[in-house]
Amino acid sequence: MSSLVAHDQTTKAETPAKAIQPAWVRIVHWINAVAMILMIMSGWQIYNASPLFDFTFSKTITLGGWLAGALLWHFAAMWLLMVNGLVYLILGLATGRFRKKLLPITPEGVMADTRAALTGKLSHADLTKYNYVQKLLYAGIIVVGILVVLSGLAIWKPVQLQYLTALFGGYEAARYVHFFCMAAIVAFMVVHVALALLVPKSLRAMIIGR
Amino acid sequence: MGRLRSLLIPGVDKQLLVRDATKLMPDLARRRFIAGGASLGALTFLTGCDVTDSFSAESMLTRISKFNDGVQAAIFNPNTLAPTFPESAITSPFPFNAYYALDDAPTIDGREWKLEVRGLVDNKKSWTLEELYRLPQVKQVTRHICVEGWSAIGSWTGTPLRDFLKLVGADTRAKYCWFQCADVDGYNSPLDMPTALHPQTQMTFKFGDEILPRAYGFPMKIRVPTKLGFKNPKYVISMEVTNDYKGGYWEDQGYNSFSGS
Repeated sequence: MSSLVAHDQTTKAETPAKAIQPAWVRIVHWINAVAMILMIMSGWQIYNASPLFDFTFSKTITLGGWLAGALLWHFAAMWLLMVNGLVYLILGLATGRFRKKLLPITPEGVMADTRAALTGKLSHADLTKYNYVQKLLYAGIIVVGILVVLSGLAIWKPVQLQYLTALFGGYEAARYVHFFCMAAIVAFMVVHVALALLVPKSLRAMIIGR
Repeated sequence: MGRLRSLLIPGVDKQLLVRDATKLMPDLARRRFIAGGASLGALTFLTGCDVTDSFSAESMLTRISKFNDGVQAAIFNPNTLAPTFPESAITSPFPFNAYYALDDAPTIDGREWKLEVRGLVDNKKSWTLEELYRLPQVKQVTRHICVEGWSAIGSWTGTPLRDFLKLVGADTRAKYCWFQCADVDGYNSPLDMPTALHPQTQMTFKFGDEILPRAYGFPMKIRVPTKLGFKNPKYVISMEVTNDYKGGYWEDQGYNSFSGS
């Protein structure tokens, strides 16, 4: 009887240890991926209606067909992005995942790991632990994710949320903040996807957990 | 060319305005993307609708847009004023923007023009421009924000719409003030009553202290600094106080109806 109980305990203790990415992380990650892609592609179409810079995005990579369609997509997918993002932030804080996985971030650690990465000496043997470059990028992209939502709200509601808009330096400045946050997210995605493909077991862990 | 040039307004970039106009132009081929059943099975659960319903991305998006109308109406604070700016901040030249070139903007004879008032009002008399000019006016320097994203600060002077609604004995419990305009193909737009009663919502007769020029909506525009530009009708010819949602030129093509700032 006692040995049976002991056996049960070991299996229970083993299961969470085996999951590199818990189920809630995997679910919010992929919902976020869909929401971000919808927001970015519709956002590019919206950008094209009044470009901030001397270029527009090719219609082949935009969503919505024309301005009204893109706005419909953008203001629909924003709910997915915001609700899912809030769930992620609350669970990340409540479960201690942010603290355990992302902290501490030290400049020395980041420097050392950057050097290791550039010389091809950075190991991905233990997927449960992030190196300092990963910690910095993952913590950074969470901040950018918060900023892209807040600057978006500042553009959407510059009268009702005028204090938020003022915080970004006014309506026109908030448009630039929103754009650069998008650019940072796209840059992150390029690196993130490339590295996930280079280390396929990390991609597997985000799909099946192990 | 000489004729065209005479119709241009100094300081208004003709190329820019034509570009803007074509950009806003509904393109049926482009719209096909959202109309053509680009249904996202993965998103069906969000709407809670039965998957066996005829489901398309367009109907889902339209439903969410209606939901967003409700959200925006709920967060609209009737006492929150749009930020105002010093005269030095006024954008010059202020852009002309429409779905047509300036040459096609309505040319209205101010002596002939009358504002027709219909619907749930006690006094349905039409108003001449001279009569309207006699009403007390206030000036505002506010930011006009276009649905395209650009913005410009302008100076508008006119009578608060809520004063006029009181004057004509409008039923302010009605849902909308619906405006019809003289633009080519007919422009119209519904304005929800809480926004119509907002202190900064204005029947505008002047731009930059001058009689409203043709480019900006002579003889009268409705300036609504709590809404996107396309909810600020120009060349207004009638106002109807109504409980019916009568649609609008851009709203009917898929632009969000509330479009509050």
